[in-house]
Amino acid sequence: MRSVVAHPGADVTGTPTRVVDPGPEDGFYWTSGADGHLRIAGCNDCERLHHPPAPVCPYCHGRGLEPKVVSGQGTVAAFTINHQPFMPGFDPPYAFGFVEIDEDPTIRLGTNIVGCELDAIRVGMTVEVTFEESGDYFVPLFKPTGST
Amino acid sequence: MDEPLERRAVISGAAQSDIGRRLHRSGLDLTIEAALRAIDDAGLTVDDIDGLSTYPGSGGPFGGASGAELHDALRLSLNWRDGGLETSGQLGAVHKAVLAVGAGLARHVLVFRTVVEGSGGPVRASAAGGGMPPAFRYLIPYGAASAANWVACYANRHMHDYGTTREQLGAVAINARNHAASNPKAIYTEPMTMEDYLEARLVSEPFGLYDCDVPCDGSTAVVVSHRDHAGDAPEVPIQVNALGTAHRGRPSWDQFDDLTTMGMRDSAASLWERTELTPEDVDTAQLYDGFSWLTLAWIEAMGFCQRGEGGPFVEDGTRIAHGGALPLNTWGGQLSGGRLHGFGFLHEAVMQLRGQAHLQVEDAEVAVVGAGGGPECGALLLTRGLT
Repeated sequence: MRSVVAHPGADVTGTPTRVVDPGPEDGFYWTSGADGHLRIAGCNDCERLHHPPAPVCPYCHGRGLEPKVVSGQGTVAAFTINHQPFMPGFDPPYAFGFVEIDEDPTIRLGTNIVGCELDAIRVGMTVEVTFEESGDYFVPLFKPTGST
Repeated sequence: MDEPLERRAVISGAAQSDIGRRLHRSGLDLTIEAALRAIDDAGLTVDDIDGLSTYPGSGGPFGGASGAELHDALRLSLNWRDGGLETSGQLGAVHKAVLAVGAGLARHVLVFRTVVEGSGGPVRASAAGGGMPPAFRYLIPYGAASAANWVACYANRHMHDYGTTREQLGAVAINARNHAASNPKAIYTEPMTMEDYLEARLVSEPFGLYDCDVPCDGSTAVVVSHRDHAGDAPEVPIQVNALGTAHRGRPSWDQFDDLTTMGMRDSAASLWERTELTPEDVDTAQLYDGFSWLTLAWIEAMGFCQRGEGGPFVEDGTRIAHGGALPLNTWGGQLSGGRLHGFGFLHEAVMQLRGQAHLQVEDAEVAVVGAGGGPECGALLLTRGLT
């Protein structure tokens, strides 16, 4: 069994090493976790969600965007265990994957899957959001539902 | 339908520079070598070149030489020039050259792609932040800095949904290695067994070292000419039959609508929409292998088998070997021939159709080229002689 890699983006001193660089529309995504809630861009007109946040709704072309609180529950759609030291601060092995959120499975979030053995990660596994504070940001990660 | 515009174009010349792991030569130097050879190969002189096209052009993160550099170095006088990253993959530079020739903007377009990744080292994600391209904003914060990570997620989902195995991915890598042995410019030519493949260190599961292409230095150039000017060429002209240019899904590595295929789904579909030829007509396929699984995705997208059946299609390697029903990546691919970024496949297709390949497919009349991964894909269907 391989070890649990809880926080691949934080070094032993807790110094944030994740490079978060929001664009003009998606700052809220990276700070949303301050109150423990995940937020996804939603349209003020048709109320559908979209991701990444954009200054137009891809469905109704409404121009009003508002961050909407979602449950933070989702499903692992795909993942990889990375073994190559690609970035400083990210010590392999660690899990990167795509999580589809319960409210709309077309909303797919890139993330690290944490809080479990790497060998236990499966496509279709249900997961929930957890946030890692990194400088000014609260980076959304996902862990198996109900895990601590 | 009206004859597609691309049928007005032929590939009249093709050549490569020296290719190696660390040549310690500039990208421009390599580009000039390939360009002059390709122009000579087409029976032309530098003064005949009136168009220039390259991928990705200046400003990209991994360009080997810009069009402007070559333009100036050779003091070209051009009626049309283009270079850029936002196109139908690496072959987009060829697509645009073909369209420029078809539209009468130029008669002989030099097209090139140069890489200096063997000497230059890998393109690494900066930890400094600032100005991160939007496409990477949801990948880099999670340590997913490499296309290896992004493509691995798709490969893993393909394995989950269809039962694809590492041994099937290995069949693509071993096929490439076997073919590279006949290519004097190939990077890896030592025989590789399935055991060697499986025991190599892991990069990003399911990919190990030999699922990833090998960086190199080298330049590939072709000359795209109007068919009316092909008569004087010393070599048999290679007819452009169809372009595959579509981008019907989301232009994203992480938001594409189907996690078991990529942009090649649309490139290949649009290619077959523009021709009377079918997958059964193809004598050899040159399909991108930046990562082994991409070749499976291309095989499925091209319709050589059903969706999800790419693994069984390549298993045991006989079908895709030289001498098999669909000789695949007969130059060694990027996995063993070297990461020439799409253009190695194009060069090999031209050589096969001319009957000049190192590992020649008998009576090759139709070749298909597919290049790229993620949302950056494009395809070409080529035939021997004017049609």
